[in-house]
Amino acid sequence: MNKVTTVEEAFSHIKDNDTIMVGGFLMCGSPEYLIHTFLDHPSKGLTIVNNDMGEYGSSLTPLLASGRVTDLVCTWIVRNPAAQEMYKANPKCLHINPQGTLTERIRAGGFGIAAFYTPTGVGTIIEEGKDTRWFNGRKYIMETALRANVAFIHAEVADEMGNIFMKGSSKNYNAAMATAADYVIVEANKIVPVGGIDPELVTVSGIYINAVVPIPKKD
Amino acid sequence: MDNKNIIARRIAQMLHDGEVVNLGVGIPQLVANWLPEGVELIVHAENGIIGAGGYSKEGEGDPNVVDAGGQMIDIKPGAQFIISTDSFGAIRGGHIDMTILGAYQVDSKGNLANWCLPNKMGGIGGAMDLVSGAKQVVVAMEHTQKGNPKIVENCTYPLTGAGVVDYIVTEMGFMHVTDKGIVLEEINPNYTVEQVLAATDARLIVPVDLKAMDILD
Repeated sequence: MNKVTTVEEAFSHIKDNDTIMVGGFLMCGSPEYLIHTFLDHPSKGLTIVNNDMGEYGSSLTPLLASGRVTDLVCTWIVRNPAAQEMYKANPKCLHINPQGTLTERIRAGGFGIAAFYTPTGVGTIIEEGKDTRWFNGRKYIMETALRANVAFIHAEVADEMGNIFMKGSSKNYNAAMATAADYVIVEANKIVPVGGIDPELVTVSGIYINAVVPIPKKD
Repeated sequence: MDNKNIIARRIAQMLHDGEVVNLGVGIPQLVANWLPEGVELIVHAENGIIGAGGYSKEGEGDPNVVDAGGQMIDIKPGAQFIISTDSFGAIRGGHIDMTILGAYQVDSKGNLANWCLPNKMGGIGGAMDLVSGAKQVVVAMEHTQKGNPKIVENCTYPLTGAGVVDYIVTEMGFMHVTDKGIVLEEINPNYTVEQVLAATDARLIVPVDLKAMDILD
């Protein structure tokens, strides 16, 4: 039941053409240790799911600039120059979603819902090519669930079973993404024995988590 | 007062104590500085805070507590940290009283374009959810972009939402988007109706009881 492992062992589960969900909102809650270490991994043909592709200073920028990533599923790419370059070279690489739709697609993927209807985006390009339906006099767009092969998650504290506490607004996408991938890797600032997190303060249960990796302390 | 504060101050007068609001970047963030006596808002930051406060003092912020622009902020007593799915559930579910945001274009049918300029990819972020889900949508913007009208008959940029805008507040006036079109309800006394019409590319309905906009000279 002890899920604490090395980043190398955790990354051995990642293959070419995988879809990887990366938690965080800009730099807040971004699993930067995992992303930075992943820069040396040989995998390619990857799809990255992330709200905004981080900022210039995020390791997502060199990852996207490396040529290993073919597709971006996101809501906004204003602060990542490498994402902008990918879009200019091939607009089809960018799969843009409204933010509430992206996060709900991830929740649906984690929680066994195949698709759902949302009013967000009606009358915009988001509606194009999608099924629509009227409920109670209002038009809704059908959006489908999203899952990934792997998720990179950031936590403030994890216990050895993978139960995690996420601090403040770092919960953002981290909480839903932890439920929606086949292999979920959590980086944690602090790792405690089982029972070390008050059950009232567990943000995400360890049942969704496969690997817990300690973030090395800065000297 | 500068144009941005004229706009922010007029919008602040629309708000009531205890209302839940989402403030976009720029002019909307100034609204909090002009709230009438006795009016306290609950600010929703779509990245995951209900009860957001102002920017943290230099060196005192927590990188785990940021607003939707990624800036470190303080929180108000009674705040809650929420996950993204719950934050957008609150938006779509109609639990946000007002969203105040900027625009590239607004048209006479209440269509809003604020996420994408031709040949340039920025992103949607939370804007489509906010304009679709909030009870009231208020556009806060300067009346023109370097003299080019931003209030138009039909938006030409990609839409953020169709028929979603309720009010447009600019330095020239306070406008209500109705089924009949855009009504100029108040005018900044420093402008004439002719000047406002000349700066607008849509038909404006000017009522006989056109009021003066309070601009606090």
